[in-house]
Amino acid sequence: MSFISRGFRGKRRDTASSSRLPPGQYIVTDYPVLSAGPTPRIPLNEWTFVIEGEIDKPRSWNWEEFRKLPTEQVTKDIHCVTKWSKFDTGWTGVSMDKILEGVETAAEYTVQFSYGGYTTNLPLEDLTGGKAWVVYEFDGQPLHPEHGGPARMLVPHLYFWKSAKWIRGIRLVNEDEPGFWETNGYHNYGDPWREQRYWGD
Amino acid sequence: MVQETPRVASLVLEMPDWPGHLAGQHVDVRVTAEDGYQAERSYSIASSPEDSRLAITVERLDDGEVSPYLVGELRIGDKVELRGPIGGYFVWRPADERPLLLVGGGSGVVPLMAMIRHRVAINSKTPTRLLYSSRSQDDIIYRAELERLAARADGLTVAHTLTRMQPAGWDGYARRIDLAMLSEVAWPRHEMPLTFVCGPTPLVESVASLMVDMGYDPPSIKTERFGPTGG
Repeated sequence: MSFISRGFRGKRRDTASSSRLPPGQYIVTDYPVLSAGPTPRIPLNEWTFVIEGEIDKPRSWNWEEFRKLPTEQVTKDIHCVTKWSKFDTGWTGVSMDKILEGVETAAEYTVQFSYGGYTTNLPLEDLTGGKAWVVYEFDGQPLHPEHGGPARMLVPHLYFWKSAKWIRGIRLVNEDEPGFWETNGYHNYGDPWREQRYWGD
Repeated sequence: MVQETPRVASLVLEMPDWPGHLAGQHVDVRVTAEDGYQAERSYSIASSPEDSRLAITVERLDDGEVSPYLVGELRIGDKVELRGPIGGYFVWRPADERPLLLVGGGSGVVPLMAMIRHRVAINSKTPTRLLYSSRSQDDIIYRAELERLAARADGLTVAHTLTRMQPAGWDGYARRIDLAMLSEVAWPRHEMPLTFVCGPTPLVESVASLMVDMGYDPPSIKTERFGPTGG
């Protein structure tokens, strides 16, 4: 139950942007950093990306191989559970549809796992159908380590903690396995339009 | 309402039915204008879980939306809508016996203060060092309380650094936190400390990286960053 906060007016935004802004979010123009723990440093010659788990044979790419995959440039609004949203962020990377092309799996769930130990879970269907990418450029520049470089996930239809930084691979699993924030009080799915921030939302 | 510094105030709230919290957790504060417009921001809890009232400490951001209201408009007796406690990562549980290194920048000291207050409230003897970076002496939040707690000599030590302006006769550090400072203040690696770092992103990035360079185990370094934006 909300009540009026006497004297609060707030900064209004125009209606054009408010239809793009999920409930409880505000717009930023810079790019805040949120990570748990130190930023991992990953030399490109040691970087690999792997698809493993419920798959006949794991697929893996080193940096050079990965960069030869067909790229896409996408422009997306991103929404952080800490309440900032940033509009029209530009990314270059590889669509998960391309990465998972030809993969046959009975798995319905996935776990993204990262250098540094971060994990986050998603239904497989949230990574396919033009909804997710592995990206390595932000606004045309190599992705800065603070923001997840060399490569991070981009799953913009969900809160941004569902887009793992420093991505190392994706595990296909039969049972849903809550990841790092999901076991630390945050919602298991994280849809910003339904304001699924925390446990119980 | 406690004015901590010219820009920072603590809000002390009576919380009926508060479920309790862990030191380091935060709450979401929601404010609602007369026409129903709402804004929400997260603020760290400053009080110990043992305190009967809940305190949050808020820095007024000049271009912020919620913080100028909380720090400037809110009056004693006003109601505040909040949700929490939230977060299970940046928390200190006293059963963890590792020595604590707390590194804070500006209002990043707030969740660390909850840990320090918790430690005192339960008479924990966990060896604890706070390294706290502020712009000037006037910007130090909880200055008197920290001084008093450190004087108990019960295993808490407090080191300040003032990065922009130092008063005459200042005997603390007078620069941004660097390798030499951390080498002096941090627990030796073999003591396997648990480290919490909270502050603006550049400070957190720098301190966490330096700690990794110094050989501390990355999972033992817990960070919470806040950017220049916020509310």
